[in-house]
Amino acid sequence: MRDSRTASRKIALCAMLMALAMIFSYVEVLIPINLGVPGIKLGIANLVVVVGLFFFPAGEVLMISVARILLMGYLFGNGMSILYSLAGGLLSFLVMFLLKHIKGFSITGVSIAGGVTHNVAQICVAALVVQNRKLFYYLPALLVAGVITGMLIGILSDRILSAVKREGRKSSSR
Amino acid sequence: MKKKDLILAGAVLLLAGILALALRLPKTENGNTMKVTVDGEVYGTYSLAENQTVKIQTGHGTNVLVIENGSVHMEEADCPDGYCKRQGTISRVNETIVCLPHKLVAEVESDGSTTDDADDAPDVIVK
Repeated sequence: MRDSRTASRKIALCAMLMALAMIFSYVEVLIPINLGVPGIKLGIANLVVVVGLFFFPAGEVLMISVARILLMGYLFGNGMSILYSLAGGLLSFLVMFLLKHIKGFSITGVSIAGGVTHNVAQICVAALVVQNRKLFYYLPALLVAGVITGMLIGILSDRILSAVKREGRKSSSR
Repeated sequence: MKKKDLILAGAVLLLAGILALALRLPKTENGNTMKVTVDGEVYGTYSLAENQTVKIQTGHGTNVLVIENGSVHMEEADCPDGYCKRQGTISRVNETIVCLPHKLVAEVESDGSTTDDADDAPDVIVK
């Protein structure tokens, strides 16, 4: 009885977070960022992954992230856009997961690393797709963009994290 | 934010700065040809000296590049995102316009004799 309740709870929570991540990536199109390189996004959906890493088992967060990418890809994108997102999503997840376990980094640092590696993965895929190394001329701009967007998402994540922890303490003391 | 976070951010920014210098510094002069590659294979090379419209039709779709006064921009493209049209104009060596959906890259190159040299050459020699 107890086990099935926690299982349903987990499924509901994962589904809710995935829906949230999908809404975030949908809303993102409304916020254009111009840094001289087209296609730079804030990565709001990464909020869910970053905050999630500090609350849930890594496997569940990875599942939420991959499911979001696939669903958004099939709904609004195409095969290629899924490939780009998946490369960025998987590499940044791996790096964020590792960094989280290294002492001394806060959630903001984890998010910065995620933003940067996401962009690096995407430029690598893009260079492979068009078979042209000249694409790496965009790398400096993409590194800077990754730091900026990662930091913004990180600061937001930090606020969410402390708010959720505060609520958690309140409800557990009740 | 912790100290290590800032070190990480600083290190990445430093790396970006070094890369930017290393990539841009060696060649910043204006180029004189535009090379178009599709799927990694050369589609054509066009002179920047003359104003022209280059239409590229491949299995991926159609792109129209315009060469005007020694610089190149993407005038039209039927790709889904249209990012290539927003990449502005390029004229310096190694600058690129990329259309990812069509796997097309337009890059500015120099074949040795720069356009500046051509400008310096006298039109008429009067004795």
